[in-house]
Amino acid sequence: MSDRILEVENLTVDIPVGGGMLHAVQGISFHVDRGETLCIVGESGCGKSLTSLAVMDLLPSKAFRGANVLNLADEDMLSADERRMSDIRGNTMGMIFQEPMTSLNPAYTIGNQMEEGIKRHKNVSTAEARERAIYLLEKVGITGAASRLSQYPHQLSGGLRQRVMIAMTLMCGPNLIIADEPTTALDVTIQAQILLLLAELQREFDMGLILITHDLGVVARIADRVAVMYAGQIVEQGTAEQVFNRPTHPYTQGLLECIPIPGKTDRSKPLGSIPGIVPSLIGKFSACHFAERCPYAMDECVAENIDMQGAAEAGHEYRCLLDNETCDANARKKGVA
Amino acid sequence: MTDGSIKSRTGVHIEDRIIDEPSPGERARKRMFSHVGFMIGGFVLLVIIALAFLAPLISPHDPLDQQLARKLIPPIWHDHLKVTWAHPLGTDQFGRDYLSRLIHGSQISLLIGFSAMLISGVIGTALGVAAGYFGGRVDMVVNFLITTRLSMPVILVALAVVSLVGNSLTIVIWVLGLLIWDRFAVVMRSTTQQVRNLDYVVAAQAIGCSVPRIIFTEIMPNIVNNLIVVATIEMAHAIILEAALSFLGLGVQPPAPSWGLMIAEGKNHMLFDPWLIGIPGTALFILILAINLLGDGIRDVTAPENRN
Amino acid sequence: MLIYAVKRLSVAILVALTVSLLTFSMIYLSGDPAMALAGEAATQADIENIRRVYGYDQPIYVQYFDWLGNALKGNLGQSHYLNSPVSEVIFTRLPVTMILGASALSFGLLLAIPLGVLAAMRPNTLIDRFALGLAVIGQALPSFWFALIMIFFFGVALRWLPITGSDSWLNFVMPSIALGYYITPAVMRLTRAGMIEVLSSDYIRTARAKGLRPSIVLFKHALRNAIIPVVSLAAVQFGFMLGGSIVIETIFAINGLGQLAWESILRADLPMMQAIVLVLSCFYIILTLVADILNAFLDPRIRVS
Repeated sequence: MSDRILEVENLTVDIPVGGGMLHAVQGISFHVDRGETLCIVGESGCGKSLTSLAVMDLLPSKAFRGANVLNLADEDMLSADERRMSDIRGNTMGMIFQEPMTSLNPAYTIGNQMEEGIKRHKNVSTAEARERAIYLLEKVGITGAASRLSQYPHQLSGGLRQRVMIAMTLMCGPNLIIADEPTTALDVTIQAQILLLLAELQREFDMGLILITHDLGVVARIADRVAVMYAGQIVEQGTAEQVFNRPTHPYTQGLLECIPIPGKTDRSKPLGSIPGIVPSLIGKFSACHFAERCPYAMDECVAENIDMQGAAEAGHEYRCLLDNETCDANARKKGVA
Repeated sequence: MTDGSIKSRTGVHIEDRIIDEPSPGERARKRMFSHVGFMIGGFVLLVIIALAFLAPLISPHDPLDQQLARKLIPPIWHDHLKVTWAHPLGTDQFGRDYLSRLIHGSQISLLIGFSAMLISGVIGTALGVAAGYFGGRVDMVVNFLITTRLSMPVILVALAVVSLVGNSLTIVIWVLGLLIWDRFAVVMRSTTQQVRNLDYVVAAQAIGCSVPRIIFTEIMPNIVNNLIVVATIEMAHAIILEAALSFLGLGVQPPAPSWGLMIAEGKNHMLFDPWLIGIPGTALFILILAINLLGDGIRDVTAPENRN
Repeated sequence: MLIYAVKRLSVAILVALTVSLLTFSMIYLSGDPAMALAGEAATQADIENIRRVYGYDQPIYVQYFDWLGNALKGNLGQSHYLNSPVSEVIFTRLPVTMILGASALSFGLLLAIPLGVLAAMRPNTLIDRFALGLAVIGQALPSFWFALIMIFFFGVALRWLPITGSDSWLNFVMPSIALGYYITPAVMRLTRAGMIEVLSSDYIRTARAKGLRPSIVLFKHALRNAIIPVVSLAAVQFGFMLGGSIVIETIFAINGLGQLAWESILRADLPMMQAIVLVLSCFYIILTLVADILNAFLDPRIRVS
């Protein structure tokens, strides 16, 4: 079996809305290998959540999904029907959502909800399922695991519920986990714990992890590779080291300017900001989506769509017409490189 | 909402984005007139009300006029010898013109429906608003009253009371009015509770407005929408109850042309002359339907989030 | 949970007492009950006699407590017309009404809940509009007229079903439908609304993400939560339905409590009337209590606190 767990090429998501067709995700490509953490980072509304739903085929019924390639460990998911997808979900591919407070069914015990997944996908007895549940609850750091199984979700705090969600997602031993802003709804103090937990589990179970977030601090902590999304497109992709230390795309540079990173940001200068607002993605739109707000925009930038181009190092690409040297120079001038 | 044009740093011109929105009043009116149920229900109800008011003018005959020679003539659409345009909806077993009785019957249904709704509305709203506004003991007492009222079978009690006190139009109206206030109380109570805690009500309290003033100027305007919706529900409820009471013989007295009574009187001839129950029943159905559609429409237009 | 039940129980008892008071006072609505009982040709001596025999000469509160005391012992007095104890008569007629009520409830729910679920699964489609249309029509249809229409078509014109009496189960088909559809609109709407809300909730998304089969997601996860308020509503509506059975029973000549109530009203058999109102009210109170407790029980957030 190859190391590549997920291969996505030219994924699109279109949703018909009142004013026309919303092109929420416009041809993004990325991949995740075994044991690797890919962080998809971007502001609210850039399409990152829809990307994860598209991979799982859990989009709302109104939405249209398209892709050239969508492979889960060499299996083509584009041709998989709903039965096959339902076999895959929760089994070889799992997802953790943002709101732990409402993501568990209030009517059933923790144990019931954890065991039903593995009993559905694998031929295990109730006792075996229960054993695995206890094992995983302990793995995620929950004490008194056996008694927790008979508790109801409302009896647990938000942090505990998210741990339960993580354990629940691991029940069938998936190869890939997609975590959509798993810590956003939690206290800051808990956030760090949950993230470290995810990273640890990923290492231990040798899974691929896609972490979706808007928090660059989170990314800095645990990402192996980073994809920066803006207005439905990936504008920069590379290893964490590449993207953080040599940000190429003006948006990434702008982001890093805005966010104070301990050790990097110059404390004497004011924090940056990116003027303007995100463009509407309804209807035809060809041009660099960031052009309106870009300090370096040229006339060519609004003419037509811009493809990804490679940066200096292998595996590092960005979607801009400016060449690499100019971008490097800009980054250094801003103080983010 | 952005005004004017946006220029990028390079001077590239992005188009103006001026957003022109209609006012809330215009929006509400637009919603109203495009709501099919509201329009149909309202229109039909207006027609029936008009019929009720114009009854003496438009009825071809006196609804109480018995002409035994002309009894049991079928309506105009039947294929029968006796059918005549003098009695387009036929006649009943006493030779009374059905169309006239139908038109006059609308007076009874509307009068009772409206009056009972008014009485129960006043009682229920007073109790509900008091409970919602003052809370505490007042709320407890009102809740107790509501629970007690809900524990009594309405039709049975109405029948029993009417049989003991006597059945005139007034008594029926009062009995119904004193029995169906519960929904008013429940809905007004919860709505008042919600409004009570809104900032501007608290602000009015803080600046020392008197309680009646707060209730009438701050709270009432906000619960009026729900009030109207419940009013339509209870009006329909009262009309059905009166029809049931009259059907059982303990509502409006004969020879009044109450639609329920017409159904009761026609019941025994149902086999051969089904229109005797078909026509008044359909009239009842249409009236109730119209009121319900109107109420649903009002609720949709004013507070779509309460839709179920 | 226990405290909740005890609180509700004490309120229920208080309500029952109030209802008993109101029911008791019914007897005075027509003026002097002794006079009413004696009839028009009675002499003053007759009236005084009756007054003494029935205890109407006692102070009112004594009469009430006597009556209440007896009622609690199961003695609801003697029927003025049937010459047998009221409780006995009620007891014999009650089962028929219960059967009618149960089958009507089953019909109503079996129609309402699946329709509500289907409508919620496909909102704004044909089935949704059909369900909502059915609800709208159902709310506008007077039950006694609906019963007559059914009698005309199924009983008379088509002769499929018997129209009077309570001998076989066939007798109960039309009455159950006429009585049961009364609760269908409200239950259907509540089921639909509840399902729509639940189906868009996060835990359903989680269930789908776990790859659970669609039927499991729908029934084990969604319906289980959506049905909670429906259970309470159904219990309460069941009570209203029983009250409305008086109309249906008289139309179909079914020998139940409703028919008995009707007869006693016609004959001004006061003790019987009072007793029936009291029994039905107590039944309502118990139903509401049961509904509340069921509600709390079905929702673990209340049950396990």
